[in-house]
Amino acid sequence: MVGKSKAMETTKEVVIKAEPFVVNIGPAHPSTHGVFRMRTTLDGEVIVDMEPVFGYLHRGIEKLAEERTYTGVIPLTDRLDYLASMSNNLAYCLAVEKLAGILVPERAEYIRVIMAELQRIASHLIAVGAFLNDCGAFMTPILYMLREREKILDLFEMACGQRLTYNYMRVGGVSQDIPEEFAPALGKFLKEMPGWIDEYDQLLKDNEILLARAKGVGILPRELAVNISASGPVLRASGVKWDIRKADPYSIYDRFEFDIPTGTAGDCYDRYRVRIEEMRQSLRILEQAMKDLPKGEVRSDVPHLIRPPAGEAYGHIEAPRGDLGFYLVSDNSIAPYRFHVRAPTLINLTALRDMMRGWKVADLVIIFGSIDICLAEVDR
Amino acid sequence: MAMAMQMLLPDWPGNFWAHWGVFVVIIFVFVLATVMGFIWFERRAMAVMQARLGPNRVGPFGFLQPVADVLKLLTKEDVVPAKGDRWVHWLAPVVAVAPMLMIFAVVPFQSGALLADLNIGILYIVAISSVTTVGVFMAGWSSNNKYSLLGAMRQVASVVSYEIPVVLSIIGVVLLAGSLSMQQIVMAQDIPFILLQPLGFLLFFIGALAEINRAPFDLMEADSEIVAGFNTEYSGMKWGLLFLAEYGEALAVSAIVTTLFLSGWRGPVLPPWLWFLVKVGLVFFVIVWIRTTVPRVRIDQLMALAWKFLLPLAVINLLITAVEILAWPEVSLWVMVPVNIAIMIVLVLLWSRFFKLGWGRVEV
Amino acid sequence: MKFERYGIGIAKGLRVTIRHLLRRPVTTQYPEQRLNTSRRIRGNELIWDREKCTGCATCAKTCPQGSIHIVTSVSIEENKYKVEKFEVDTGYCIFCGLCVEACPYEALFMGYAYERARYRRGELVLANEGLLASEERKPSGYAHPEIAATLPKQTLLLDKDRGKR
Repeated sequence: MVGKSKAMETTKEVVIKAEPFVVNIGPAHPSTHGVFRMRTTLDGEVIVDMEPVFGYLHRGIEKLAEERTYTGVIPLTDRLDYLASMSNNLAYCLAVEKLAGILVPERAEYIRVIMAELQRIASHLIAVGAFLNDCGAFMTPILYMLREREKILDLFEMACGQRLTYNYMRVGGVSQDIPEEFAPALGKFLKEMPGWIDEYDQLLKDNEILLARAKGVGILPRELAVNISASGPVLRASGVKWDIRKADPYSIYDRFEFDIPTGTAGDCYDRYRVRIEEMRQSLRILEQAMKDLPKGEVRSDVPHLIRPPAGEAYGHIEAPRGDLGFYLVSDNSIAPYRFHVRAPTLINLTALRDMMRGWKVADLVIIFGSIDICLAEVDR
Repeated sequence: MAMAMQMLLPDWPGNFWAHWGVFVVIIFVFVLATVMGFIWFERRAMAVMQARLGPNRVGPFGFLQPVADVLKLLTKEDVVPAKGDRWVHWLAPVVAVAPMLMIFAVVPFQSGALLADLNIGILYIVAISSVTTVGVFMAGWSSNNKYSLLGAMRQVASVVSYEIPVVLSIIGVVLLAGSLSMQQIVMAQDIPFILLQPLGFLLFFIGALAEINRAPFDLMEADSEIVAGFNTEYSGMKWGLLFLAEYGEALAVSAIVTTLFLSGWRGPVLPPWLWFLVKVGLVFFVIVWIRTTVPRVRIDQLMALAWKFLLPLAVINLLITAVEILAWPEVSLWVMVPVNIAIMIVLVLLWSRFFKLGWGRVEV
Repeated sequence: MKFERYGIGIAKGLRVTIRHLLRRPVTTQYPEQRLNTSRRIRGNELIWDREKCTGCATCAKTCPQGSIHIVTSVSIEENKYKVEKFEVDTGYCIFCGLCVEACPYEALFMGYAYERARYRRGELVLANEGLLASEERKPSGYAHPEIAATLPKQTLLLDKDRGKR
């Protein structure tokens, strides 16, 4: 073309604008992990804005806790993040022990660490499995991971009698000692689990289609992650090396050697890799804890109705989903005066909008699956 | 006319209509029974690969599970959307299923055992298999649901994009066999064409998987996308027909792959029709295996794969095949096998290095 | 989408899936096959020992849900409480086991069975005689190690799954 014709010079550009329309990805949807509603504003196929609406699972746990004794709140904390009940119990017991100044015997500390790390593996198995299921791998990875999770749940059932809401930790220790067949079973599990994790890697780590769908998608930049106080694998995948077990050690975590896996890009693929590597590190901690397990009693002499002195305490741990904290205020009665949960998934959720803008609808489910929320904790 | 028909079918005792009648019955029974068998087989095989059992309550080994499914579908209420187009809604499953059955008219079960040995066999198949897409589009249109329409349009776009590499890889086979007729193609395979045309086989297989909407290209029926697909508003037997169309197309693709690349019914010991069934089952098993393992692609990745990866490779494959046939007509075919395999590996590696999706996040 | 691995990633995944064809699935065919549950299972019922119970109501005070109702009367001749009514609303109960742990006389047990569904909500409220141990209502070993020692060992998936990698 030599030059522009006169017609082209005189016509102005007419931009055909399509109106953005709002789509409700409703509370009941096969891929929202729980009842969660997203009001997305779409421009064609691109997500322009996203507004999360939650609260469908609100049960008033914080208010209910004010009417139960300190020990009676423990079954209530089970139901906060039901995929990681042991961690919830542990954080709450830490808070009460800080409030009342109760010491925990050695053996109980080791058992608590064992249970918490096993719980971390179990929770990450579901998180990774559900994420891969959302990517479209038709249930094969999640079924394999559920099989391994069954083995962990069998161990938990051996110790405390239930498979999901354990009610195992008590203020001042754990409720009962582990039976004698626990240690050999755990040893067997530790021997075969690294092989299974390697098999998951073989199945999906280098898969081109997974790389195409998850790499570079849903990036959470480092500054944003720190600014919104994200925690857990979401924060670590963005490159921030922050883990409560190393930064503010609780229980006896300073005696164990383990690494903190971090990602570089902060995309969905990195979050998936961080969770798999955390499983491997948990196995390391478990081996060290099993080796050094001392003998002794598992529960210090604490009455069922505890009456801590007036004051307040905050106990936080590195739960599988982030930094779970319990804030307790006591007024010297048998029930807490105020009980507040710092839910990590709720705080991680606030980044969802910025992670999603600019991507297409098909990526929405993947990004949502990769931050791994549990609605029961978000809504309490 | 009678002389022509005699020449056409020298070995048949009855007349033309007897032959036609017998084969129509055979095709119907074969397709329906095999599709039910495939549904059962897929559920069991996929389940065992996922460390669980499949259906095993209905009948021994769950053999009657597809029968139970069909009975259930027959008893469901037939819902037509209020503002949708009633006649199009009713016709869409028919238009989707009928061409699928017609494909089997030219698939040879045994030497000379096919409904009509057209001398344009494979061209007929390519033409007919595109008509099912019209049925799918009708299904999406008549549902009066913008998401169904979107899903149906995506399906049409993907089928159209993948037709081209599929057809080009078929032409490679035709060049080697020297004829379009399916019977001649099978007779020409002293060495199965999968060894002589490895790249063609790969392209055809991936393209056919995309055309029949099976994983990893099954985004139309995925339940983790908000676009629920063209068969949202279908229930009962109409949905059953669409489901039958999907599995029937999987069977058709397996049959075509067997005929074109795996030398059809030819084999040493067993009767030919048994060899045919075994090979079709094997190809279907590979399809199920891929479905179990691989995650789904996104729609734009699907299109990019077709136009930027498969199409250039298909053209290059055709070029190389033509050059080989013209330049070395006398060379023994066994020499060309390793040459072709080496060419395929080099091309796939080269193309993978240079393939880029070229799409990123849109600034909002 | 870059094919950096030239399709090898997909091939590795295919290898993993095909290996599973040769392994035995780990499914248990319930209800024909049942697994042994843990010896300490907190099963779906509560079992009460009338002889040992003194009516102190520690269990009722410990219950987070308030599902235990006890009515006692004073018996001056025998110098103890007589338990008139001991009622547990198992519909309200969350089977946390705190009552079993708290009982100072070891008069409460969790149940060993777990298939205790009922058709009516009213049938879930158990009182007095309905709470005693019997052939169908076996106690479990939760917080009672002497009972746990008599129960069968738990079947573990670790023992059942002989999958080789």
